[in-house]
Parts: sequence; C-alpha cells; structure tokens
Amino acid sequence: MSRGRPIAFINARLVDPESRFDGEGAVVVSDGVIADVSRGKAFEALSDDIRVIDCNGGMLAPGLIDLRVKTGEPGAETKETLRSAAQAAAAGGVTSIVVQPDTDPCVDDPSVVDFILRRAQDIESAHILAAGAATKGLGGEQMAEVGLMLEAGARYITDVDRPIVDSKIMRRILSYAAAFGVALAHRPQDPWLSKGATATEGEFASRMGLPSAPAASERIGLERDLALAELTGGRLLVDQITCAAALEALDRAKGRGVNAVATASINHLSFNELDIGDYRTFAKVDPPLRAEDDRQALIEALASGLVDIVVSAHAPAPAEDKRLPFDEATPGGVGLETLLPALLALHHDGRLPLIDLIRTVTLAPAQFLGLPSGRIASGAPADLVLCDLAAPVLIDADRLVSKSKNSPFDGRRLQGQVLMTVTGGKIVHRAE
Amino acid sequence: MTTLAPGIDEVRARTFPFPRRHFLSALDLNVVEANALLDLADTFVDLNRQTTKKLDLLKGRTLVNMFFENSTRTQASFELAGKRLGADTMNMSVKTSSVAKGETLIDTAVTLNAMRPDLLVVRHASSGAAALLSQKVGCSVINAGDGQHEHPTQALLDALSMRRAFGSLAGLTVAICGDVMHSRVARSNVNLLNVLGAEVRLVGPPTLMPSGADRWGAKVFHDLKRGIAGADVVMMLRLQLERMQGALVPSTREYFRYWGLDREKLESASDRVRVMHPGPMNRGVEIDSDVADDPAISLIQDQVEMGVAARMAVLAALSARLDNDR
Repeated sequence: MSRGRPIAFINARLVDPESRFDGEGAVVVSDGVIADVSRGKAFEALSDDIRVIDCNGGMLAPGLIDLRVKTGEPGAETKETLRSAAQAAAAGGVTSIVVQPDTDPCVDDPSVVDFILRRAQDIESAHILAAGAATKGLGGEQMAEVGLMLEAGARYITDVDRPIVDSKIMRRILSYAAAFGVALAHRPQDPWLSKGATATEGEFASRMGLPSAPAASERIGLERDLALAELTGGRLLVDQITCAAALEALDRAKGRGVNAVATASINHLSFNELDIGDYRTFAKVDPPLRAEDDRQALIEALASGLVDIVVSAHAPAPAEDKRLPFDEATPGGVGLETLLPALLALHHDGRLPLIDLIRTVTLAPAQFLGLPSGRIASGAPADLVLCDLAAPVLIDADRLVSKSKNSPFDGRRLQGQVLMTVTGGKIVHRAE
Repeated sequence: MTTLAPGIDEVRARTFPFPRRHFLSALDLNVVEANALLDLADTFVDLNRQTTKKLDLLKGRTLVNMFFENSTRTQASFELAGKRLGADTMNMSVKTSSVAKGETLIDTAVTLNAMRPDLLVVRHASSGAAALLSQKVGCSVINAGDGQHEHPTQALLDALSMRRAFGSLAGLTVAICGDVMHSRVARSNVNLLNVLGAEVRLVGPPTLMPSGADRWGAKVFHDLKRGIAGADVVMMLRLQLERMQGALVPSTREYFRYWGLDREKLESASDRVRVMHPGPMNRGVEIDSDVADDPAISLIQDQVEMGVAARMAVLAALSARLDNDR
C-alpha cells in the first residue's frame, strides 16, 4: 500500500480514451504517476521490488472525474463530509471530484475555497477540487470574487441549482469570467415556467396530480444562456442537459461556434418520468426526470459527442428529507458509487462503444478542467480504476459508503463491479 | 318511515371484504367491486332515511379523521358514516406550519399508529400523501383527498347519485366541467366512470386543462356548449378564486360567461340532464343558482346525502377486510 513500492497491473483490458486504445495491456505505477504502459503485450521482465497485480482481463481505465458532487461540508456534515464523499468516490472508481459551492456557508469567498482544499489535503481516497459560487450567497445578484477564488484554487464557477434569473447579471458574469478563462456552469431553466414544479409536464404527471413544468422550460433557459455566451465570448458549461428540444438548441449553437460544453447526469441517462410512479421520492431529481423520448435523445447526443461529459449529480440527503410527500421531498440522489456501473449499461446495451463511454467520465472532464489526468500514458497521474465489466451487481442503498443512502438506483441490477481504485498511485479501494 | 329499516342481516349479506387494505384511488376498484360497493351503499341510503340509523357493524372499531386541510363537509360525512356504523370516531384537525408539513405527516402518523386505530381517513394538500402514510401505518387508510391527485370516495358518491338517477352508468355521457387541472374530484371521477362504462368528457379553458388529459380515457373540449351537447350529466367543478392570480383565467365574470353553467347553455345537453357539483359552490362563478337549486335537474343535494351512505359502504367493506386479515 505504500507509495514507495511500484505496482504493475498486468493482464488488463486497457481502455485509454486519449490514445483510443482498447485492448490487452499492462501498466506500471510508481511515485504517484504512471511510469510505464505496455499495449498489446506483457512487460518483458519486472524487477523484484515491483508488486504485481493480475487484473484477470478486467478493464483498467483512468479513474473517473466527476464534475458535480455535493457534500454537506461545511454546514451539513450529517449528510456527507468531504471525507465520506471521497470514500464513496473511491468505492465507485471515481478519483477526482469537484465539490459544489452550495454549502453553508457557501463557497462564494476565497477563504472557503481555501478551507475545502486544505481539508482535502488530508484525504487520500480521492482528489477533491472545488467550484466557486458565481454570485454572492448564490443570490443571483452580486458577482462573487471570481478572480480571487480562482487564485485560491476554484476550478469553475456556478450557482449550482439556482439559475441566474437576471440576464444582465448573467451576461456580466460570463463576460467577466472570460477574462480569467474560467467557465460558468449554469443550469438552463426558465425560472417562471419551472416555479413550483416537481415533475415534467405530461400525461403521467397530470394523472399523479403533481405540479409540473414543460421540458421546454429548459430549452428557453438554454437558448438565453447560449445567446449570452455567444454575445460575450464566455465559456459556458451547460449543467445537466436533459431534453431533446434543448439538445437541438445546443447543436445549433455549437454549429455557430459558441463556446459551450454540456453535461448529462447519469440519472437522466438511466431513468424516465415513469420512475417516479407511486410517488417514489428517491427518484425525485432536479431537473425532473423526462419522457423516454428525451432520454433516448440524450443517449444519442452522448454517442454523437454533442454532450461531452457525464456527471453523477451526487446529492446526498438524509431519509427524513426524502420520506415526505413528493412535492415536499428534497430532490437529488447519491450517485458516486453507481456512476460507473450505471454508465456501463449503455455499453452492455450496445449504445456506445466502451471507449467513448469511458471518455465522458475521464478525458472529457479532465480536458474541461485542464487536468493532466483522465488518460493512461507515461507521466500521467496514477489515477486508475479496475473494473470487472461483466460482474452483476445489485444496488443496495443500505450498503453504500456514502453517509446518505438516497440512491435512485436502490434495488437496480447493474453490470460492472469496481474491483480496485488507485488514486495518486495509492490503492484507495478494493472490493471485498 | 313507511319502509322497514334494512335488517343487520341484509347489510351483513351485502358487505364484502374490500379488495385492498387501503382505499387510495378510484383505480383500486374493478367494475364488479365498484358495483358491489354501490349496492351496499344503496342499503345504507335506506337505513339513513329511518329514524333509527345506527348499526353495530363497526362496533369496537376506531375511526380517526386526520385532516391536514380544512373540510367541513367531507369530515362531517366520514364522522357520521363511522358513528352510524357503531365505530368510535375521533377528529384530528392537524394545523400545519408550511415549514414542517412533512415532518408532521409522518410523525403524526407514527404516533397515531401506536394508538392502534382501525381506519384512518386522511386529507392532505400534497399529492401522494395518503399513499405515503399507508406505508407507515398498520390500519386501513382512506384517501379523503390528496393534493391534486384523487378523492375516491367523492367519485363513489357521485357514481351512487348517478346510478340512482339513471339506473345504470353504462353508456351514460358525463361531462366534467371547469378547473380540471387542480381537481382531484375530476381525476377520481374519470377513473371510476371509465371503470363503470360511462363516456367521459372534460370541458374547460386550456389553462385549466391538464396536459395529456385526452389520454385519460376522456374527450377534451374547450367550449362548454359543445362539451355538454347531449350529455346526461353535467358535473361542475369549483373554481378556486385564487386562480385569478397567475393568469389562468382573467376574471370571474369572463369565466362565468364562457364556462359557467346557466339554463341557456344547459339547453344543448340531453333532455334528461342532471347537474352535479362536489361543493362548496361559487354561485355565479361556475354555476347559476337557477340551475343549482332546481330540484328537477339538480342532484347536488342528493350528492351530500349519498356521501354518507357511500362512505359507510367503504368503511364497512374495509372493516370486513380487516376481519379477514386477522
């Protein structure tokens, strides 16, 4: 386990999105970095001081990078701490997480960024990165200290679930942030259409009598965000695109050269609106689950590369916030530990080649963040995941590492078990 | 007092165990069960017209009315239904602060459950609240209205009123008019009327018509006269006055002009048309007093009477189910 002794992973199915290599191979890890990579053949001879791990044909891929993780630290540590989130990440093969700024106090000040990153230094299970708030107090009115937060180590800015309502404020933030080369992550939504909504408008929600908003709300919000990005030349991260109409808008804007990158949450790739049947609050997420046609469009967009990045949208909530009437329950689900097996469903279903799928949770977010990880190459950080692609797993929320157990995947049968996670050259998780 | 009160034996003979432990949705019933409940309710209508109205069918049972939303008539109706069947009834009006609503629901339910009631009648402002509660308690839960979702005993009493007026619901054309969007009464009625073979229409302005309502098993109309043309039953829904806010409808007078029921608009309905309303009515907003108070066409008073009988039938059937489970 010590950092000193090199480790060789042999007999692996290497999947490296950067070199687009998917085949037999081996990797040597030393001093926290990938020291050597062998593709297609085994290493000739390994020196005796190298610890050898036989992967038995399991997939060895770059560790996952999750752009959207909520914790409860600071302010609501009973939900999730930075440490418990990192441990959950390790259990799910995720080696880097970007924690969201909607904590208490929120991350709208360089000192809070500093607090998080200093706490992160003592945590080895995963690399913890921070996002800063776009506006003070996430209030959508006064700009937060974007430059100072970046200097403190913030990776991008976002008001998380709260759309910036005032277009003039939004324009100025995009414009100001562009000077620092930092992206604004923004949830596309029309705040008036979506006000009070807990479900997607349609036959199903109306039968259930749930307050709902049309998916068009997202498209309207996105058209505005894209127009402002175009106007300012700012860098926009479209946070959790979910519906076909919004995807069309994104496609048009990208065609015009707008600087936008979009994420999809694993929830919207895995579930549709029917999953909230019987008022199942554990499937209540924000944005709400969409129609099956939208889910299919999202998968297509991932396959075509229109959507680049998949996030877990990890949002821990204690049972008492979930066991409520549907409209009162807190939205969101924990997702770090289910991200990889849930994503692999698209591989098993033949929807996306494995290497393209892996790219959305490794190289693509790494490039967005400007990280050297997300690839298997000599000199890259030794962040790796070893996964048995075929192994069946039954998700049992009670057995999750995360402090909160609100998983929408509870009871789901998936395929793909994380056998080992290596962060910074250290084995931080090993399946029992 | 010319007929003899139905004997307890007759009531017992008609009482069947409810198909489920809870009554949460009109969809809990199939056509046979729904008609059997209506038959039983008919017996109770006769009973309720006697001087001695009390039976001991639910003797020893405890019925708790838990109302998180105010409702004088539904609560009174359930209370009377329970008392006439011999149950011990208790009313709990749970005033809730908007902050801790959910907490109150589960906490109250768990506390209440420890007191071992047999039948729990629940009304709550959130859709799905009754279903959530039913997962937390050991007794039978009756949904007396959950948000904008369902109000199944209302549908049952409406069906009883219609069946007594027309003999059967099969083939009957029923137009449900007004604020369908926010109405749990409409949802339960569409479900039960479909089960019983009636033809259902929904009529109202587009802003008050829920999306996808045309796939509920009903035809959707935006024009009242066309929507009620040839209809045997015109059921008017209450328009909450706060709907003027948020641009759902411009004013009560414009609403009445186009979607309010008066005698002139009623001309287009069937000759034998009957008018219904779940109450309380906004006279001059969704319905003209001239129509509402005409005993020749209005079933509105009958609906209140049938409410007690229909609820007695539900309580008796659920109690029989509890006996069976034991």
